[in-house]
Amino acid sequence: MIDQLAEIGDSLRTHKTRTALAILTVAWGIFMLVLLLGAGRGIQNGVELQFKDDAVNSIRIYQGKTTIAHNGLARGRSIQYSNADYDQVQAKVPHVDKLTARYYVGDNRVSYGGQQAAFDIRGVHPDHLYLEKTIITAGRYINELDLIERRKVCVIGLQVVDRLFAEVSPLGKLIELGGTVCQVIGVFTDEGSRSEEETVYMPVSTTQLMFAEPQRLHMLMYTVGDASYQQSKDSEQQVRSLLAETHNFAVEDKRAARIYNNLDEYKKITDLFFWVRVFVAVVGVGTVLTGILAVSNIMVISVNERRREIGIRKAIGATPGSITRLIVLESVILTTIAGYIGLLASLGLLELLKATVPENEYMYQPDVNTFVVVSVTVLVIASGTLAGYLPARRAARINPVEALQPS
Amino acid sequence: MIDLSGISKSYQMGQHRVHALREINLQIQPGEFVAIQGSSGSGKSTLLNVLGILDTPDTGSYTLDGHAIENLSTADAARYRNRFIGFVFQSFNLIHHKSALDNVALPLYYQRVARKQRNLKALEYLEHVGLKDRADHKPSELSGGQSQRVAIARALITQPALLLADEPTGALDTSTSEQIMNLFHEVNAQGMTVVLVTHEPDIAAQAHRSIVLRDGDIVSDRTRDAARHNISDHDSDPVNHS
Repeated sequence: MIDQLAEIGDSLRTHKTRTALAILTVAWGIFMLVLLLGAGRGIQNGVELQFKDDAVNSIRIYQGKTTIAHNGLARGRSIQYSNADYDQVQAKVPHVDKLTARYYVGDNRVSYGGQQAAFDIRGVHPDHLYLEKTIITAGRYINELDLIERRKVCVIGLQVVDRLFAEVSPLGKLIELGGTVCQVIGVFTDEGSRSEEETVYMPVSTTQLMFAEPQRLHMLMYTVGDASYQQSKDSEQQVRSLLAETHNFAVEDKRAARIYNNLDEYKKITDLFFWVRVFVAVVGVGTVLTGILAVSNIMVISVNERRREIGIRKAIGATPGSITRLIVLESVILTTIAGYIGLLASLGLLELLKATVPENEYMYQPDVNTFVVVSVTVLVIASGTLAGYLPARRAARINPVEALQPS
Repeated sequence: MIDLSGISKSYQMGQHRVHALREINLQIQPGEFVAIQGSSGSGKSTLLNVLGILDTPDTGSYTLDGHAIENLSTADAARYRNRFIGFVFQSFNLIHHKSALDNVALPLYYQRVARKQRNLKALEYLEHVGLKDRADHKPSELSGGQSQRVAIARALITQPALLLADEPTGALDTSTSEQIMNLFHEVNAQGMTVVLVTHEPDIAAQAHRSIVLRDGDIVSDRTRDAARHNISDHDSDPVNHS
């Protein structure tokens, strides 16, 4: 084996230009393949980062109108949620982690001192904090006690503060809204969107009381924690059948209760990236294949140039098998060296990108995993064998009588 | 040593069928020094290729050192060549990117002899042909005579029973040719069978037995040194006029 390697090293050294060219082609192919895979992974990571930032693994349930006649009830009936729906979701639906309802206050005028402006006013449960990724900058958020005691308290966004409070701390101040007065207990910001900061949050029970609708809810939303995509779909289905039963509509009537599962969007993107990866792999493998063809071509030329040498070897006792092994091994060694040069170069560039390109939504942590590295290694060795095999067969069939004819 | 009977070989050349060898019968005893003569196209190279198991005859049988050379796989033919036959060519046929030492050692590589051992042996054979100090030289750094001596060392290193030489002095000047021929005489004296193809009468004259081919037939088969080889040893037709 060592002898054989020495023989090959000898042959590769003798044809330096040819060797360098072959190595360059394959290395380039592998370089492009790994770089494409790494960049694809980086783009995917970027999108996943966006998802983590903007939206949690949440399921949002809006009320709607029936579009299918059911149990003798005509279609077009409005479905309205209530506290009972909230309680049922909490009690009966699997994988519910954080749960909140919303009560939308119709009258959106808010005033303090002489200032008045229009803002979204929402009655919510304490868990709303997590669902909207609200960040408290001063004071606190709504808690269970506020809810139970139906306190007239509110948490306001930074935009609200800007508009109503000039140079005074809003905390503890009383603002007017919906014909009543309530105390500011907290201020929040939201990295996701500025418009979110133009919102006033109150305990859901307080808003229900203010408008004399003690049971009324407009919307429900919850997260599914660490549940898988399938589990979140099961959870969503549970909610749908629960609501259909309670509100007497057909379970297949998607418009009666409009349910949006954020994981659906996530799944779509993940699926898209699966195909992006497939595409990248096809393009990359194509590039590698070009490299393989180049190596095969170079091996054919090499065999032709070495006809006489192969003839001599056969005359002095080289078996066709030993000639085949020599050429195939030469090709494998050539592609393996080239493959690793390409692999190391691309991994180096990816590391450099990771270290220098600042975190952004389009490209985040471009990387390839061990699986890719192992696959590339297997690919290189397999393709080296393939590239060498046909030229090797040709070499093994060289007739020494013809090869040794004085030229 | 060698027993050829009814060996024929023909090639298709365009529309003509060229009979390179016609029904050749030839016996060569161990230790003989045989020269095969003939003009180009007489079939002498084809005969040498058949003897060297580089070419297979269309008909006839060939026995080499008691082994029937028939229906051999290409791999077996390679092993027979490696074990029984040493080749010397007109154009030396050294591998140009290998040193003299590596060239000489190559047949042992195909016998799976360890590197150290075969290099040691190669050096011994290079010394034998007077080129020990040229061991690290590439063929391009050697003169014609030196190259041929390296080639002879390579042919001898496996200690074959049969040494086949195809115009070994064809590319060399007279004094160098003499050195080469002396090497052949030397190994022949040690008992190795030597068959060489030549068209130079003075080279052929140094052999103990001279065979002349014409159009694929043996037209003359003479033994010069009656003390060593009796004519009656040869069963083939001494003169075969076609």
